[in-house]
Amino acid sequence: MRALLVERSLPRFATARLASALVPGAGGGVRPLRLVDMDPPELPGPAWRRVRPRLAGICGSDLATLDGRSSRWFEPIVSFPFVPGHEVVGDVEAALPERPVGEGGRLAPDRPGPEGGPTRVVIEPVLSCATRGIDPPCPACSEGRTGSCERISFGELRPGLQTGYCVDTGGGWSVEMVAHLSQLHAVPAGFSDEEAVMVEPTACAVHAALAAQVQEGETVAVLGAGTLGLGVVAALRHFDLPGKLLASAKYPEQRALAAELGADVVAGAGEVVRAVRRVTRSLAVAPGGPGPRAPRLAGGADVVVDCVGSAQSLAEALAVVRPRGRVVLAGMPGPVKVDLAPLWQREVTLQGAYTYGTEERGGLRARTFELAFELVRSARLGRLVSAGYPLERYGEAIAHAASAGRRGAVKIVFTPQEEAPRPAPRRPAPRRPAATRLPPGPATSRRPPSSPRRSR
Amino acid sequence: MTSRPGFVLEVDRSTPPTLMWHGEGFRLERLPVGSRVVYPPEPVETLADPDAAIAEALEHPLGDSPPLRALLKPGMRLTIAFDDISLPLPPMRRPDNRQRVIEAVLDLAAEAGVDDVVLIAALALHRRMTEAELRHALGDRIYDSFAPCGRLTQHDAEDPGNLVYLGQTDAGEDVELNRRAATSDLVVYVNINLVPMDGGHKSVATGLASYRSLRHHHNVRTMVHSRSFMDQHRSELHSSNWRMGRYLAAQGVKVFQIETTLNNDPFPASSAFLQRREWEWTLKDRAGFLAASKALARAPERLARSLLQSINAPHAMASVQAGEVEAVHAATTEHMYRQLLVEVEGQADILTMGLPYLCPYNVNSVMNPVLVMCLGLGYFFNLYRGQPLVRRGGVLILSHPTPWAFHPVHHPSYIDFFEQVLSETTDPLEMEAKHEETFATDPWYIHLYRTSYAYHGVHPFYMWYWGAHALDHLGGVIVVGGDRRAVRRLGFKPASTLADALEMAEDIVGPDPSLTHFHAPPLLMADVR
Repeated sequence: MRALLVERSLPRFATARLASALVPGAGGGVRPLRLVDMDPPELPGPAWRRVRPRLAGICGSDLATLDGRSSRWFEPIVSFPFVPGHEVVGDVEAALPERPVGEGGRLAPDRPGPEGGPTRVVIEPVLSCATRGIDPPCPACSEGRTGSCERISFGELRPGLQTGYCVDTGGGWSVEMVAHLSQLHAVPAGFSDEEAVMVEPTACAVHAALAAQVQEGETVAVLGAGTLGLGVVAALRHFDLPGKLLASAKYPEQRALAAELGADVVAGAGEVVRAVRRVTRSLAVAPGGPGPRAPRLAGGADVVVDCVGSAQSLAEALAVVRPRGRVVLAGMPGPVKVDLAPLWQREVTLQGAYTYGTEERGGLRARTFELAFELVRSARLGRLVSAGYPLERYGEAIAHAASAGRRGAVKIVFTPQEEAPRPAPRRPAPRRPAATRLPPGPATSRRPPSSPRRSR
Repeated sequence: MTSRPGFVLEVDRSTPPTLMWHGEGFRLERLPVGSRVVYPPEPVETLADPDAAIAEALEHPLGDSPPLRALLKPGMRLTIAFDDISLPLPPMRRPDNRQRVIEAVLDLAAEAGVDDVVLIAALALHRRMTEAELRHALGDRIYDSFAPCGRLTQHDAEDPGNLVYLGQTDAGEDVELNRRAATSDLVVYVNINLVPMDGGHKSVATGLASYRSLRHHHNVRTMVHSRSFMDQHRSELHSSNWRMGRYLAAQGVKVFQIETTLNNDPFPASSAFLQRREWEWTLKDRAGFLAASKALARAPERLARSLLQSINAPHAMASVQAGEVEAVHAATTEHMYRQLLVEVEGQADILTMGLPYLCPYNVNSVMNPVLVMCLGLGYFFNLYRGQPLVRRGGVLILSHPTPWAFHPVHHPSYIDFFEQVLSETTDPLEMEAKHEETFATDPWYIHLYRTSYAYHGVHPFYMWYWGAHALDHLGGVIVVGGDRRAVRRLGFKPASTLADALEMAEDIVGPDPSLTHFHAPPLLMADVR
């Protein structure tokens, strides 16, 4: 089968890191990643199913990995070589069991697709105790907090914190992968593939928004307006009652989307500190100027959700959170150098928000994915999917994803079942087809978007 | 010798290129044949002995006011308020008119045995003046006598303890005034008039008032209904100030007004080409232009700004009037009109103007994009009597680099206004309804206004409102040579060259448009028939 494979190669990671420092996304070109023809992964056990990905998203964590910017923290919980891709909507061929499986009351799909055809599923990629055949499960998995699984590199699978980072499962950037029944969520009728592929990143956003534990009337600042940031804005507006919701967005399209999804104030790049100061009517201990010469605030936002995870965004988060406020780190950080003096002096709580599990709100428990399905539909998040590429054009896809904001895009996806045509021999090289522009709105077609080449 | 009046030139093939200010620099532009260029009058005659003229004005006041000498009594509370850093432009060489006048007033007060004298810089919501600026305006003798003992103060429109609420005018306008002024036996207001907008009841009713008062005339409705705010009799801004001034008088606030005018001579002899009509340029003028424009173009931005901001104008006192406020201002206005008015026949489709480096709110500071808008669409556009130089639906073309730059100490709320308010809306009414109150009551802006050198939080809104009449009147605004991002943030269109701008303007006003160029500074006021 065709798949994009990441191999452990220090020289390649080093080159990718260097290249991406010069041009974001260039790591995809010099790559520890390559397109291979490989055997599909074996089914690890009877509760596993084969999944044929329809769409597989490119996540910020994928880009960090390909650019060699990932933290070495992940080394023991990743197994090489792996096929990336953890934001997946795909088809399961085999009939699914009659009974619910999985943790925390989540129901796996238990029926075949229409007319006995494949069932469309979204994958919840976290590899928890259930997927590893560990029984009894760890305390976290027992409580449904699968993102906090304490057996992350044990059991029947080789290490891998998620599908897409584990040798045994494969990933969405391929024609075929495997998933445990506990990972499968049936896609409701009427959900387009674009909406479905947005469920996983939206679940991350929902988890981060709820981790912030926003109290009614509190001011919340969301830093970053990529997929995660926009999802957090939508989730905060949908599930919480912030008094004022401020979002930072670098590009015009991001600004417009942030406002549409519920941000009361949208600040441009370098304008966040001043915007937070104005919204919170805070004093400032130093006046500062426009852009990077921002004032130093005496007060600030009650909660800041950092959806970027860079040194700059973390410093900005610490600069705009009020004393005793909370910073939720939702974007994946790497090794960063940040002045923690404000965290110390202002007694700020810094909290990570990784993936999802089970959420508790107002005495009710719900799987994060259930909430994510709800949010994707109500906020029409399928529109955030901007373009799709066949696996063969992975270099372009990754470059597009790395510069998505600048190019007016949000989520770039692969269309793994689509095969890019090969140029005929001894003929002038064909013009490279543009990226497949996915149809706007709630398209209901299950077919992967056709390539422009094919439609000629 | 009488000075030459203003002049309207019709551009023909032999007309040399026209000088246009372009921020901290100049451009020579060829205007289309048939365009009109409105030139300012030359500097008017100055007073041969300003101190004698001041003494004369104080002894023989206008209106029903007794001479100042007769109003000064031992044991009285005397407050002398004076115009702040926003006047004159550029700052004049020493001695400043304020120094001359206040020294004369203080001499009379001393003769009369008045001990309780306090000087107040009438800032309204402007930034406080620095010691150097105060020394420049008042002279070292006054500064050293009054500042160390706390008797030289600056109006604080946010100090509740130093404000007194006096009630409402018949039109329901709140009148809240500086407590020292309101409780004095006499307020002597010392003014410098550069344009007809200044002076009269506006001096006290604006300069010594609070936001609660100012909001009644510094608002969009007032500015749109001031056609123009340079023409007192057709200005709602002035009507409101006059109501407040009369109300103050009715409440017992006694004001002795002293107004001075300047001769409209803003640039030193080394830059004589700036005040000369291009076809009259001598070899020296050409050399001066070349040297100045090349040097400014090559100098780093900060250096160019600093060089120009260091100019002290050779302005000289052209008239002084004292006495009852309205009588004094009527005489001053006559002087202003005589000095500034230029008759122009009819309106044009396109109005062009080169904006200089300076406006009333960036003395020793940065001309930020909001002030560019205010200078072009506020001050210069409104320098008319009768009707605007450009027709309704016409296009205004400004030449200014419009850098995305702000003085962080002087204009903190401008930065937020520019970054946040203008990114949402450029509609004065919408921003007034949605954002003004928030900015006006923001505790940080208030803190900086009171303790630092910052304009009040609401000030950028006022600057935008200053241009509200133009925004309402014009079909489009194009900025030549401006920072494209900043220009777009203002809601205007950027153009690289004047030719591009004229082509863009034709899309709005149609082909073969008529064009008038407003050739200032030196300032002029168009009397459009």
